[in-house]
Amino acid sequence: MSSTLGKKLLMALTGLFLVIFLVVHLSGNLQLLLNDEGRAFNVYAKFMTTNPLIKTTSFILYAAFIVHIIWAIILTVNNKKARPVGYAKTSASTNSTWSSRNMGILGTIIFIFLVIHLKNFWYVMHWGPIDMVKYEGQEYRDLYATVDMAFSQLWYVVLYVVAMLGLMFHLYHGFSSAFQTLGLNHVKYNPVIKFVGVAFAIIVPAMFAAIPVIIYFKNF
Amino acid sequence: MKITLKVWRQKNAQDKGGFKTYQLDDVSPDMSFLEMFDVLNEQLLKKGEDPVHFDHDCREGICGTCSMYINGKPHGPKQTTTCQLHMRSFSDGDTIVVEPWRAQAFPVVKDLVVNRSSFDRVIQAGGYVSVNTGGVPDANEIPIPKKIADEAFDAATCIGCGACVAACKNASAMLFVSAKVSQLALLPQGQVERKTRVEKMVSQMDEEGFGACSNTGACSAECPKEISLENIARLNREYLSAKSSSDNV
Repeated sequence: MSSTLGKKLLMALTGLFLVIFLVVHLSGNLQLLLNDEGRAFNVYAKFMTTNPLIKTTSFILYAAFIVHIIWAIILTVNNKKARPVGYAKTSASTNSTWSSRNMGILGTIIFIFLVIHLKNFWYVMHWGPIDMVKYEGQEYRDLYATVDMAFSQLWYVVLYVVAMLGLMFHLYHGFSSAFQTLGLNHVKYNPVIKFVGVAFAIIVPAMFAAIPVIIYFKNF
Repeated sequence: MKITLKVWRQKNAQDKGGFKTYQLDDVSPDMSFLEMFDVLNEQLLKKGEDPVHFDHDCREGICGTCSMYINGKPHGPKQTTTCQLHMRSFSDGDTIVVEPWRAQAFPVVKDLVVNRSSFDRVIQAGGYVSVNTGGVPDANEIPIPKKIADEAFDAATCIGCGACVAACKNASAMLFVSAKVSQLALLPQGQVERKTRVEKMVSQMDEEGFGACSNTGACSAECPKEISLENIARLNREYLSAKSSSDNV
């Protein structure tokens, strides 16, 4: 784990774990679009913050985020040190994709969004202040109202969409790159990995970004 | 052809260095890029100036010595070595920027000459097969499938020029190391030292100060021998399997 290969292996494993998390997160978010004034979403949010199995998994998730971010910083610093004097003229666009060369910048965009996002929703959900609603005698935190209000602010919707664009390009390279780092490069599987990776990179961030846009125009 | 050259000049490893511009008025399109430098150096010598130092040896594309970063690409616009690049690949009146390989592990010696001993030390760490002397084995005594032999040969075509390091945004040596690990890991002769080899070579690679692999693919795209990225995946596999099962703690 101390070698460059070991560090990259950790990046690939945590990266793929975070990819799975995106699917779970998205499936939860899509409930925001149901026409039930947020009931399904609020019930789901309570389940996600109280179920012991989910809570345990969420700690693995926090760890995966932290490892992915810190190891990215260590690797980037190390990679910069490997070329102390740069070139006067480069033509990198002829031999590699833009996203593959800018994973750090794309990751930073996602990180900035993540901090604001956690403060607005995750922190509020756990420690408030937040309104309560009652469904059939049971009390629920009205996270839907919080989200609804946030998504009515234009700056937040713009930030959300920009971050999802960043995520799109991050995944465009990251998804298939993770498999290469894990040692999977095979004529039989490469087209599948490439296709799934590109489809995932486009569809998932686009669906994430669509939610705040739809809610913004609904409240407009 | 009229060519304007912007060449990196650096007296020694300590010197800061900088670009110097030279004009060449009568360049033949059939000259190789190195021959153009020979012409330039003759002019400089006649004027009593220090000629541009650059590495070259076989001049037939098989030794990997001619390291030049030409117009933002190692070995210039064609996917070949600098000695096999001809002036017909450029247009009359072009300005060409020539720089040395840039990497912590490839320190500049003078002008365009860099010290690539770090590659040698990676090979010394494990890029070999130990054999006991004895009678010459019969040909075809060890059966090797054609496909495996071809894969090993493709990896073995790496000439260690360092274009992969020069092209990589992280100055990573993964393509070089992976080719050298692959050619031996694929063949029966390489099995005895298979695990220790990959562990030692990767550890030496890190020690030399090469960066990590971001899988941009720039190395393979610029490699004059078209070494495939499959080798890097194989290196990752070899390393993972060695680390999880070898006796070295």
